[in-house]
Amino acid sequence: MKSDMVLIDDKGKRLDGRGFEDLRDIKIEAGVLHRADGSCYLEWGGNKVFVAVYGPREAIPRHIQNPLRAIVNARYNMAAFSVEDRKRPGPDRRSREISKVISEALEKVVLTEQFPRAAIDVNIEVLDAEAGTRCAGLTAAGVALADAGIPMTDIPVACATGKINGHVVLDLGKEEDNFGEADLPIAISPRTKEVLLLQMDGHLTLDEFNKAFDLAIKGCLSISELQKKAILEKYKTVLEVE
Amino acid sequence: MTVVPIIKRDYICRLADQGKRIDGRKFDEFRNIEITTNVVNKAEGSARVKIGNTQVIVGIKMDVGEPYSDSPDSGVLTTAAELIPLASPDFEAGPPQADAIELARVVDRGVRESEVVEINKLCIEPGEKVWIVFIDIHIIDYDGNLFDAASLASLAALFTATVPAKRFELGEDYPLPLKEPPISCTSVKFNNVVVMDPSLDEEQIAEARLTVATDTKGDIRAMQKGLNGSFTKDEIQKVIQASLENGKKLREQLNKIIGK
Repeated sequence: MKSDMVLIDDKGKRLDGRGFEDLRDIKIEAGVLHRADGSCYLEWGGNKVFVAVYGPREAIPRHIQNPLRAIVNARYNMAAFSVEDRKRPGPDRRSREISKVISEALEKVVLTEQFPRAAIDVNIEVLDAEAGTRCAGLTAAGVALADAGIPMTDIPVACATGKINGHVVLDLGKEEDNFGEADLPIAISPRTKEVLLLQMDGHLTLDEFNKAFDLAIKGCLSISELQKKAILEKYKTVLEVE
Repeated sequence: MTVVPIIKRDYICRLADQGKRIDGRKFDEFRNIEITTNVVNKAEGSARVKIGNTQVIVGIKMDVGEPYSDSPDSGVLTTAAELIPLASPDFEAGPPQADAIELARVVDRGVRESEVVEINKLCIEPGEKVWIVFIDIHIIDYDGNLFDAASLASLAALFTATVPAKRFELGEDYPLPLKEPPISCTSVKFNNVVVMDPSLDEEQIAEARLTVATDTKGDIRAMQKGLNGSFTKDEIQKVIQASLENGKKLREQLNKIIGK
Protein backbone atom coordinates (compact mmCIF):
# COMPACT_ATOMS: atom_id res chain seq x y z
CA MET A 1 0.00 0.00 0.00
CA LYS A 2 1.11 3.51 -0.79
CA SER A 3 1.21 5.40 2.46
CA ASP A 4 3.19 8.41 1.25
CA MET A 5 0.05 10.20 0.09
CA VAL A 6 -0.87 13.06 2.40
CA LEU A 7 -4.28 12.21 3.85
CA ILE A 8 -4.14 14.47 6.90
CA ASP A 9 -3.14 18.14 6.67
CA ASP A 10 -1.05 20.04 9.25
CA LYS A 11 -4.21 21.24 10.99
CA GLY A 12 -5.21 17.64 11.68
CA LYS A 13 -8.01 17.66 9.10
CA ARG A 14 -8.69 14.85 6.65
CA LEU A 15 -9.08 15.32 2.85
CA ASP A 16 -12.81 16.01 3.11
CA GLY A 17 -12.32 18.28 6.11
CA ARG A 18 -13.35 15.75 8.75
CA GLY A 19 -11.63 15.27 12.09
CA PHE A 20 -10.28 11.84 13.12
CA GLU A 21 -13.49 10.74 14.80
CA ASP A 22 -16.06 12.21 12.40
CA LEU A 23 -18.43 10.16 10.28
CA ARG A 24 -19.41 11.13 6.75
CA ASP A 25 -22.99 12.38 6.33
CA ILE A 26 -25.52 9.57 6.65
CA LYS A 27 -29.13 9.65 5.48
CA ILE A 28 -31.45 6.70 6.16
CA GLU A 29 -35.00 6.18 4.93
CA ALA A 30 -37.12 3.14 5.85
CA GLY A 31 -39.91 1.57 3.81
CA VAL A 32 -39.14 3.11 0.42
CA LEU A 33 -40.04 0.23 -1.90
CA HIS A 34 -43.57 -0.83 -2.80
CA ARG A 35 -43.06 -4.53 -3.56
CA ALA A 36 -40.63 -5.47 -0.79
CA ASP A 37 -41.78 -6.73 2.61
CA GLY A 38 -39.29 -4.32 4.16
CA SER A 39 -36.88 -1.86 2.61
CA CYS A 40 -34.36 0.87 3.22
CA TYR A 41 -32.53 3.54 1.23
CA LEU A 42 -29.28 4.74 2.69
CA GLU A 43 -26.78 7.40 1.64
CA TRP A 44 -23.45 7.36 3.42
CA GLY A 45 -20.95 9.86 2.05
CA GLY A 46 -20.85 9.00 -1.68
CA ASN A 47 -22.43 5.57 -1.17
CA LYS A 48 -26.02 4.99 -2.22
CA VAL A 49 -27.61 1.69 -1.24
CA PHE A 50 -31.07 0.13 -1.56
CA VAL A 51 -32.02 -2.91 0.54
CA ALA A 52 -35.17 -5.00 0.09
CA VAL A 53 -36.19 -7.81 2.42
CA TYR A 54 -38.49 -10.62 1.28
CA GLY A 55 -39.78 -13.25 3.65
CA PRO A 56 -39.92 -15.25 5.74
CA ARG A 57 -41.06 -17.49 2.87
CA GLU A 58 -40.49 -21.09 1.84
CA ALA A 59 -36.82 -21.70 1.11
CA ILE A 60 -36.37 -22.90 -2.47
CA PRO A 61 -34.82 -25.25 -3.62
CA ARG A 62 -35.89 -27.56 -0.84
CA HIS A 63 -32.45 -28.95 -0.11
CA ILE A 64 -31.34 -25.58 1.31
CA GLN A 65 -34.12 -25.69 3.94
CA ASN A 66 -33.18 -26.15 7.55
CA PRO A 67 -35.87 -28.10 9.45
CA LEU A 68 -35.02 -26.29 12.68
CA ARG A 69 -34.68 -22.66 11.65
CA ALA A 70 -34.82 -20.08 8.85
CA ILE A 71 -31.87 -19.26 6.65
CA VAL A 72 -30.88 -15.65 6.09
CA ASN A 73 -29.86 -15.12 2.54
CA ALA A 74 -28.12 -11.79 1.94
CA ARG A 75 -27.18 -10.92 -1.61
CA TYR A 76 -24.77 -8.01 -2.04
CA ASN A 77 -24.70 -6.70 -5.59
CA MET A 78 -23.05 -3.71 -7.21
CA ALA A 79 -24.66 -1.93 -10.14
CA ALA A 80 -22.54 -1.88 -13.29
CA PHE A 81 -22.45 1.92 -13.12
CA SER A 82 -21.63 2.22 -9.41
CA VAL A 83 -17.85 2.32 -9.86
CA GLU A 84 -15.29 4.28 -11.90
CA ASP A 85 -14.71 1.55 -14.55
CA ARG A 86 -17.91 -0.30 -15.45
CA LYS A 87 -18.28 -3.51 -13.47
CA ARG A 88 -19.53 -6.59 -15.30
CA PRO A 89 -23.03 -7.33 -14.00
CA GLY A 90 -23.53 -10.35 -11.78
CA PRO A 91 -21.77 -11.78 -8.76
CA ASP A 92 -17.98 -12.02 -8.60
CA ARG A 93 -15.72 -13.48 -5.91
CA ARG A 94 -15.69 -10.26 -3.90
CA SER A 95 -19.47 -9.84 -3.81
CA ARG A 96 -20.00 -13.52 -2.98
CA GLU A 97 -17.70 -13.21 0.01
CA ILE A 98 -19.39 -10.03 1.22
CA SER A 99 -22.80 -11.69 0.79
CA LYS A 100 -21.62 -14.59 2.92
CA VAL A 101 -20.21 -12.57 5.81
CA ILE A 102 -23.26 -10.28 5.86
CA SER A 103 -25.64 -13.28 5.82
CA GLU A 104 -23.82 -14.77 8.77
CA ALA A 105 -23.82 -11.47 10.68
CA LEU A 106 -27.58 -11.01 10.18
CA GLU A 107 -28.35 -14.62 11.09
CA LYS A 108 -26.99 -13.99 14.57
CA VAL A 109 -29.61 -11.33 15.40
CA VAL A 110 -32.64 -12.73 13.53
CA LEU A 111 -34.76 -15.14 15.62
CA THR A 112 -34.41 -17.80 12.94
CA GLU A 113 -35.77 -20.63 15.11
CA GLN A 114 -39.23 -19.08 14.77
CA PHE A 115 -39.37 -19.91 11.05
CA PRO A 116 -38.22 -23.44 10.32
CA ARG A 117 -37.64 -24.28 6.62
CA ALA A 118 -38.04 -20.62 5.66
CA ALA A 119 -35.75 -18.19 3.88
CA ILE A 120 -35.38 -14.51 4.64
CA ASP A 121 -33.92 -12.84 1.57
CA VAL A 122 -31.99 -9.61 2.01
CA ASN A 123 -31.14 -7.96 -1.29
CA ILE A 124 -28.48 -5.27 -1.07
CA GLU A 125 -28.01 -3.14 -4.18
CA VAL A 126 -25.14 -0.69 -4.31
CA LEU A 127 -25.94 2.06 -6.82
CA ASP A 128 -23.05 4.37 -6.06
CA ALA A 129 -19.89 3.14 -4.38
CA GLU A 130 -17.31 5.17 -2.48
CA ALA A 131 -15.56 3.13 0.22
CA GLY A 132 -17.43 1.29 2.95
CA THR A 133 -20.21 -0.29 0.91
CA ARG A 134 -20.38 -3.44 3.03
CA CYS A 135 -20.93 -1.40 6.19
CA ALA A 136 -23.51 0.74 4.40
CA GLY A 137 -25.22 -2.41 3.07
CA LEU A 138 -25.34 -4.14 6.43
CA THR A 139 -26.57 -1.02 8.23
CA ALA A 140 -29.34 -0.58 5.65
CA ALA A 141 -30.17 -4.31 5.89
CA GLY A 142 -30.74 -3.89 9.63
CA VAL A 143 -33.30 -1.15 8.99
CA ALA A 144 -34.99 -3.10 6.16
CA LEU A 145 -35.30 -6.22 8.38
CA ALA A 146 -36.92 -4.14 11.11
CA ASP A 147 -39.22 -2.55 8.51
CA ALA A 148 -40.21 -6.05 7.33
CA GLY A 149 -41.19 -6.90 10.90
CA ILE A 150 -38.67 -9.73 11.15
CA PRO A 151 -38.17 -10.60 14.84
CA MET A 152 -34.63 -9.79 15.91
CA THR A 153 -32.73 -9.50 19.15
CA ASP A 154 -31.34 -6.17 17.95
CA ILE A 155 -30.89 -3.98 14.87
CA PRO A 156 -27.41 -4.74 13.55
CA VAL A 157 -25.17 -1.84 12.55
CA ALA A 158 -21.75 -1.58 10.92
CA CYS A 159 -18.96 0.95 10.66
CA ALA A 160 -15.31 0.88 9.63
CA THR A 161 -12.22 2.41 11.12
CA GLY A 162 -8.77 2.49 9.64
CA LYS A 163 -5.30 3.86 9.83
CA ILE A 164 -4.09 6.69 7.63
CA ASN A 165 -0.74 8.47 7.84
CA GLY A 166 -0.15 6.70 11.16
CA HIS A 167 -3.42 7.81 12.78
CA VAL A 168 -6.46 5.74 13.66
CA VAL A 169 -9.55 7.35 12.10
CA LEU A 170 -13.26 6.64 11.82
CA ASP A 171 -15.11 5.79 8.57
CA LEU A 172 -12.55 5.77 5.76
CA GLY A 173 -13.25 7.80 2.62
CA LYS A 174 -12.27 6.74 -0.88
CA GLU A 175 -8.66 7.94 -0.95
CA GLU A 176 -8.17 6.90 2.66
CA ASP A 177 -9.31 3.40 1.78
CA ASN A 178 -7.05 3.23 -1.29
CA PHE A 179 -3.93 4.80 0.19
CA GLY A 180 -4.33 4.19 3.92
CA GLU A 181 -2.45 1.60 5.97
CA ALA A 182 -5.33 -0.41 7.38
CA ASP A 183 -9.08 -0.92 7.14
CA LEU A 184 -11.23 -2.50 9.87
CA PRO A 185 -14.94 -2.93 9.16
CA ILE A 186 -16.96 -4.11 12.16
CA ALA A 187 -20.65 -4.90 12.66
CA ILE A 188 -22.16 -5.16 16.09
CA SER A 189 -25.37 -5.80 17.91
CA PRO A 190 -25.52 -2.36 19.58
CA ARG A 191 -27.41 -3.43 22.72
CA THR A 192 -24.87 -6.05 23.76
CA LYS A 193 -21.88 -4.81 21.70
CA GLU A 194 -21.35 -8.34 20.44
CA VAL A 195 -19.31 -8.41 17.23
CA LEU A 196 -21.21 -9.83 14.24
CA LEU A 197 -18.76 -9.07 11.48
CA LEU A 198 -15.08 -8.26 11.60
CA GLN A 199 -12.59 -8.04 8.80
CA MET A 200 -9.22 -6.36 8.63
CA ASP A 201 -6.60 -5.73 6.04
CA GLY A 202 -3.40 -3.76 6.26
CA HIS A 203 -1.15 -3.40 9.24
CA LEU A 204 -2.02 -2.46 12.83
CA THR A 205 -0.16 -2.87 16.11
CA LEU A 206 -2.15 -4.42 18.96
CA ASP A 207 -2.52 -0.97 20.54
CA GLU A 208 -3.76 0.51 17.30
CA PHE A 209 -6.17 -2.38 16.84
CA ASN A 210 -7.68 -1.81 20.28
CA LYS A 211 -8.02 1.89 19.60
CA ALA A 212 -9.55 1.26 16.17
CA PHE A 213 -11.92 -1.35 17.59
CA ASP A 214 -13.20 0.98 20.31
CA LEU A 215 -13.60 3.80 17.82
CA ALA A 216 -15.58 1.54 15.44
CA ILE A 217 -17.97 0.61 18.28
CA LYS A 218 -18.41 4.29 19.02
CA GLY A 219 -19.22 4.94 15.35
CA CYS A 220 -21.67 2.01 15.28
CA LEU A 221 -23.50 3.33 18.33
CA SER A 222 -24.07 6.76 16.82
CA ILE A 223 -25.24 5.23 13.51
CA SER A 224 -27.56 2.97 15.49
CA GLU A 225 -29.38 6.09 16.68
CA LEU A 226 -29.89 7.17 13.04
CA GLN A 227 -31.32 3.73 12.20
CA LYS A 228 -33.83 3.91 15.02
CA LYS A 229 -34.77 7.46 14.04
CA ALA A 230 -35.42 6.36 10.44
CA ILE A 231 -37.72 3.54 11.56
CA LEU A 232 -39.57 5.77 14.01
CA GLU A 233 -39.95 8.42 11.32
CA LYS A 234 -41.51 5.93 8.90
CA TYR A 235 -44.03 4.57 11.38
CA LYS A 236 -44.83 7.97 12.78
CA THR A 237 -46.05 9.04 9.34
CA VAL A 238 -47.90 5.74 8.89
CA LEU A 239 -49.72 6.35 12.17
CA GLU A 240 -50.54 9.94 11.24
CA VAL A 241 -52.06 8.86 7.92
CA GLU A 242 -54.20 6.29 9.70
CA MET B 1 -53.10 -19.31 -10.78
CA THR B 2 -53.87 -19.41 -7.07
CA VAL B 3 -57.14 -18.20 -5.53
CA VAL B 4 -56.31 -14.56 -4.89
CA PRO B 5 -55.22 -13.70 -8.45
CA ILE B 6 -58.39 -15.31 -9.82
CA ILE B 7 -60.57 -13.12 -7.61
CA LYS B 8 -58.50 -10.11 -8.60
CA ARG B 9 -58.75 -10.98 -12.28
CA ASP B 10 -62.52 -11.25 -12.08
CA TYR B 11 -62.64 -7.91 -10.29
CA ILE B 12 -60.44 -6.16 -12.87
CA CYS B 13 -62.46 -7.64 -15.74
CA ARG B 14 -65.75 -6.64 -14.15
CA LEU B 15 -64.47 -3.07 -13.77
CA ALA B 16 -63.27 -3.11 -17.37
CA ASP B 17 -66.77 -4.03 -18.55
CA GLN B 18 -67.94 -0.81 -16.88
CA GLY B 19 -65.14 1.13 -18.54
CA LYS B 20 -63.11 1.47 -15.33
CA ARG B 21 -59.65 0.49 -14.12
CA ILE B 22 -58.57 -0.78 -10.74
CA ASP B 23 -56.70 2.45 -9.90
CA GLY B 24 -59.34 4.77 -11.34
CA ARG B 25 -57.49 5.69 -14.53
CA LYS B 26 -58.95 6.01 -18.01
CA PHE B 27 -58.01 3.23 -20.45
CA ASP B 28 -55.52 5.43 -22.30
CA GLU B 29 -54.08 7.20 -19.27
CA PHE B 30 -50.58 6.84 -17.81
CA ARG B 31 -49.88 6.74 -14.09
CA ASN B 32 -48.06 9.68 -12.53
CA ILE B 33 -44.48 9.91 -13.84
CA GLU B 34 -41.50 11.28 -11.96
CA ILE B 35 -38.10 11.75 -13.63
CA THR B 36 -34.95 12.61 -11.66
CA THR B 37 -31.57 12.94 -13.33
CA ASN B 38 -27.98 12.70 -12.01
CA VAL B 39 -28.82 10.24 -9.24
CA VAL B 40 -25.53 8.30 -9.43
CA ASN B 41 -22.25 10.19 -9.11
CA LYS B 42 -20.00 7.45 -10.46
CA ALA B 43 -21.96 7.12 -13.70
CA GLU B 44 -21.35 9.28 -16.80
CA GLY B 45 -25.10 9.94 -16.81
CA SER B 46 -27.98 8.59 -14.77
CA ALA B 47 -31.69 8.89 -14.15
CA ARG B 48 -34.42 7.50 -11.99
CA VAL B 49 -37.92 7.13 -13.40
CA LYS B 50 -40.99 6.33 -11.35
CA ILE B 51 -44.19 5.34 -13.14
CA GLY B 52 -46.65 4.90 -10.30
CA ASN B 53 -44.93 2.47 -7.94
CA THR B 54 -42.59 1.13 -10.60
CA GLN B 55 -39.09 2.45 -10.13
CA VAL B 56 -36.14 2.11 -12.52
CA ILE B 57 -32.61 3.50 -12.36
CA VAL B 58 -30.42 3.69 -15.43
CA GLY B 59 -26.73 4.47 -15.41
CA ILE B 60 -24.53 5.24 -18.42
CA LYS B 61 -20.87 4.20 -18.34
CA MET B 62 -18.36 4.77 -21.12
CA ASP B 63 -15.12 3.08 -22.00
CA VAL B 64 -12.63 3.09 -24.88
CA GLY B 65 -12.52 -0.08 -26.95
CA GLU B 66 -12.32 -1.61 -30.40
CA PRO B 67 -15.08 -1.02 -32.97
CA TYR B 68 -16.94 -3.84 -34.74
CA SER B 69 -15.15 -4.81 -37.97
CA ASP B 70 -18.24 -3.99 -40.08
CA SER B 71 -18.46 -0.42 -38.72
CA PRO B 72 -14.84 0.61 -37.99
CA ASP B 73 -15.64 4.31 -37.55
CA SER B 74 -18.67 4.04 -35.26
CA GLY B 75 -18.92 3.85 -31.50
CA VAL B 76 -20.46 0.82 -29.83
CA LEU B 77 -23.74 0.81 -27.89
CA THR B 78 -24.64 -1.94 -25.41
CA THR B 79 -27.78 -2.22 -23.32
CA ALA B 80 -28.17 -4.60 -20.39
CA ALA B 81 -31.04 -5.10 -17.96
CA GLU B 82 -31.17 -7.07 -14.77
CA LEU B 83 -34.37 -8.09 -13.04
CA ILE B 84 -32.67 -8.09 -9.66
CA PRO B 85 -34.41 -9.87 -6.76
CA LEU B 86 -34.62 -6.53 -4.92
CA ALA B 87 -37.47 -5.42 -7.16
CA SER B 88 -39.97 -8.25 -6.81
CA PRO B 89 -40.52 -11.43 -4.79
CA ASP B 90 -40.65 -13.29 -8.12
CA PHE B 91 -37.30 -12.19 -9.56
CA GLU B 92 -34.43 -14.59 -9.00
CA ALA B 93 -30.71 -14.02 -8.87
CA GLY B 94 -28.56 -15.43 -11.63
CA PRO B 95 -27.80 -14.80 -15.29
CA PRO B 96 -30.41 -12.69 -17.17
CA GLN B 97 -33.51 -14.71 -18.10
CA ALA B 98 -35.52 -14.29 -21.31
CA ASP B 99 -37.67 -11.50 -19.77
CA ALA B 100 -34.65 -9.38 -18.86
CA ILE B 101 -33.07 -9.97 -22.26
CA GLU B 102 -36.29 -9.00 -24.09
CA LEU B 103 -36.52 -5.83 -21.98
CA ALA B 104 -32.92 -4.84 -22.71
CA ARG B 105 -33.28 -5.58 -26.41
CA VAL B 106 -36.52 -3.61 -26.80
CA VAL B 107 -34.94 -0.60 -25.06
CA ASP B 108 -31.80 -1.08 -27.11
CA ARG B 109 -33.78 -1.14 -30.37
CA GLY B 110 -35.62 2.04 -29.43
CA VAL B 111 -32.32 3.79 -28.79
CA ARG B 112 -30.29 2.23 -31.60
CA GLU B 113 -32.68 2.27 -34.58
CA SER B 114 -33.78 5.82 -33.89
CA GLU B 115 -30.07 6.77 -33.83
CA VAL B 116 -30.53 8.84 -30.67
CA VAL B 117 -26.87 8.35 -29.85
CA GLU B 118 -24.83 9.61 -32.75
CA ILE B 119 -22.38 6.71 -32.76
CA ASN B 120 -20.66 7.99 -35.90
CA LYS B 121 -19.40 10.88 -33.75
CA LEU B 122 -17.93 8.50 -31.18
CA CYS B 123 -14.94 7.40 -33.21
CA ILE B 124 -11.48 8.14 -31.78
CA GLU B 125 -9.22 6.34 -34.31
CA PRO B 126 -11.00 4.58 -37.20
CA GLY B 127 -10.71 0.80 -36.92
CA GLU B 128 -8.75 1.07 -33.70
CA LYS B 129 -10.36 3.04 -30.90
CA VAL B 130 -13.95 4.11 -30.38
CA TRP B 131 -16.17 5.01 -27.44
CA ILE B 132 -18.29 2.23 -26.00
CA VAL B 133 -21.54 3.34 -24.38
CA PHE B 134 -23.04 1.01 -21.77
CA ILE B 135 -26.69 1.50 -20.82
CA ASP B 136 -27.34 -0.46 -17.63
CA ILE B 137 -30.96 -0.78 -16.51
CA HIS B 138 -31.60 -1.49 -12.84
CA ILE B 139 -35.14 -2.33 -11.79
CA ILE B 140 -35.63 -1.15 -8.20
CA ASP B 141 -39.37 -1.67 -7.66
CA TYR B 142 -41.62 -3.64 -10.01
CA ASP B 143 -45.25 -2.62 -10.35
CA GLY B 144 -45.74 -3.18 -14.07
CA ASN B 145 -44.70 -1.54 -17.37
CA LEU B 146 -40.95 -1.93 -17.16
CA PHE B 147 -40.60 -1.29 -20.90
CA ASP B 148 -41.66 2.34 -20.75
CA ALA B 149 -39.99 3.06 -17.41
CA ALA B 150 -36.70 1.55 -18.64
CA SER B 151 -36.68 3.34 -21.98
CA LEU B 152 -37.66 6.68 -20.48
CA ALA B 153 -34.95 6.33 -17.82
CA SER B 154 -32.41 5.33 -20.49
CA LEU B 155 -33.20 8.45 -22.52
CA ALA B 156 -33.08 10.74 -19.49
CA ALA B 157 -29.75 9.18 -18.46
CA LEU B 158 -28.30 9.52 -21.98
CA PHE B 159 -29.30 13.19 -22.13
CA THR B 160 -27.38 13.94 -18.93
CA ALA B 161 -24.32 11.91 -19.92
CA THR B 162 -20.87 13.40 -20.38
CA VAL B 163 -18.17 11.74 -22.47
CA PRO B 164 -15.33 11.25 -19.93
CA ALA B 165 -12.57 12.21 -22.36
CA LYS B 166 -10.39 13.70 -19.62
CA ARG B 167 -10.24 10.45 -17.67
CA PHE B 168 -8.93 8.65 -20.74
CA GLU B 169 -6.56 11.52 -21.62
CA LEU B 170 -8.43 12.31 -24.85
CA GLY B 171 -9.00 16.03 -24.31
CA GLU B 172 -11.84 17.81 -22.58
CA ASP B 173 -15.11 16.22 -21.46
CA TYR B 174 -18.10 16.96 -23.69
CA PRO B 175 -21.81 16.08 -23.71
CA LEU B 176 -22.79 12.84 -25.44
CA PRO B 177 -23.88 13.69 -29.03
CA LEU B 178 -27.61 12.97 -29.26
CA LYS B 179 -30.61 13.49 -31.51
CA GLU B 180 -34.38 13.62 -30.90
CA PRO B 181 -35.44 10.47 -29.06
CA PRO B 182 -38.45 8.27 -29.76
CA ILE B 183 -40.81 7.71 -26.83
CA SER B 184 -42.09 4.25 -26.09
CA CYS B 185 -45.63 3.55 -24.83
CA THR B 186 -46.89 0.12 -23.84
CA SER B 187 -50.45 -1.20 -23.85
CA VAL B 188 -51.89 -4.55 -22.85
CA LYS B 189 -55.07 -6.36 -23.78
CA PHE B 190 -57.30 -8.43 -21.51
CA ASN B 191 -60.99 -9.26 -21.54
CA ASN B 192 -61.25 -7.53 -24.95
CA VAL B 193 -60.15 -4.14 -23.66
CA VAL B 194 -56.83 -2.46 -24.36
CA VAL B 195 -55.27 -0.32 -21.62
CA MET B 196 -52.22 1.92 -21.65
CA ASP B 197 -49.39 1.70 -19.07
CA PRO B 198 -50.46 -1.53 -17.32
CA SER B 199 -49.94 -1.81 -13.58
CA LEU B 200 -48.68 -5.14 -12.26
CA ASP B 201 -52.21 -6.37 -11.54
CA GLU B 202 -53.20 -5.68 -15.13
CA GLU B 203 -49.98 -7.09 -16.53
CA GLN B 204 -50.51 -10.36 -14.69
CA ILE B 205 -53.83 -10.98 -16.42
CA ALA B 206 -52.75 -9.56 -19.79
CA GLU B 207 -53.21 -11.71 -22.87
CA ALA B 208 -51.17 -9.57 -25.22
CA ARG B 209 -48.84 -6.60 -24.99
CA LEU B 210 -47.80 -4.01 -27.57
CA THR B 211 -45.03 -1.44 -27.24
CA VAL B 212 -44.87 1.40 -29.79
CA ALA B 213 -42.10 3.97 -29.95
CA THR B 214 -42.95 7.18 -31.77
CA ASP B 215 -40.85 10.19 -32.78
CA THR B 216 -41.45 13.96 -32.93
CA LYS B 217 -42.83 13.76 -36.47
CA GLY B 218 -45.45 11.27 -35.33
CA ASP B 219 -43.76 8.37 -37.12
CA ILE B 220 -43.27 4.90 -35.66
CA ARG B 221 -39.68 3.98 -34.77
CA ALA B 222 -39.94 0.61 -33.01
CA MET B 223 -42.59 -1.92 -32.02
CA GLN B 224 -42.76 -5.12 -30.05
CA LYS B 225 -45.70 -7.40 -29.49
CA GLY B 226 -45.46 -9.78 -26.54
CA LEU B 227 -47.33 -12.57 -24.75
CA ASN B 228 -49.43 -15.36 -26.24
CA GLY B 229 -52.61 -13.41 -27.02
CA SER B 230 -53.40 -11.52 -30.22
CA PHE B 231 -54.46 -8.10 -31.52
CA THR B 232 -56.79 -7.20 -34.37
CA LYS B 233 -55.70 -4.59 -36.90
CA ASP B 234 -58.27 -2.23 -35.42
CA GLU B 235 -56.82 -2.62 -31.93
CA ILE B 236 -53.31 -2.01 -33.25
CA GLN B 237 -54.49 1.25 -34.87
CA LYS B 238 -55.95 2.34 -31.56
CA VAL B 239 -52.79 1.45 -29.67
CA ILE B 240 -50.69 3.45 -32.13
CA GLN B 241 -52.99 6.46 -31.80
CA ALA B 242 -52.90 6.30 -28.00
CA SER B 243 -49.10 5.86 -28.09
CA LEU B 244 -48.74 8.97 -30.23
CA GLU B 245 -50.83 11.04 -27.85
CA ASN B 246 -49.16 9.78 -24.69
CA GLY B 247 -45.74 9.91 -26.38
CA LYS B 248 -46.22 13.62 -26.95
CA LYS B 249 -46.97 14.24 -23.27
CA LEU B 250 -44.06 12.10 -22.10
CA ARG B 251 -41.72 13.91 -24.47
CA GLU B 252 -42.77 17.27 -23.07
CA GLN B 253 -42.12 16.04 -19.54
CA LEU B 254 -38.73 14.57 -20.52
CA ASN B 255 -37.69 17.74 -22.36
CA LYS B 256 -38.53 19.83 -19.32
CA ILE B 257 -36.30 17.67 -17.11
CA ILE B 258 -33.33 17.62 -19.46
CA GLY B 259 -33.68 21.34 -20.12
CA LYS B 260 -34.55 21.38 -23.80
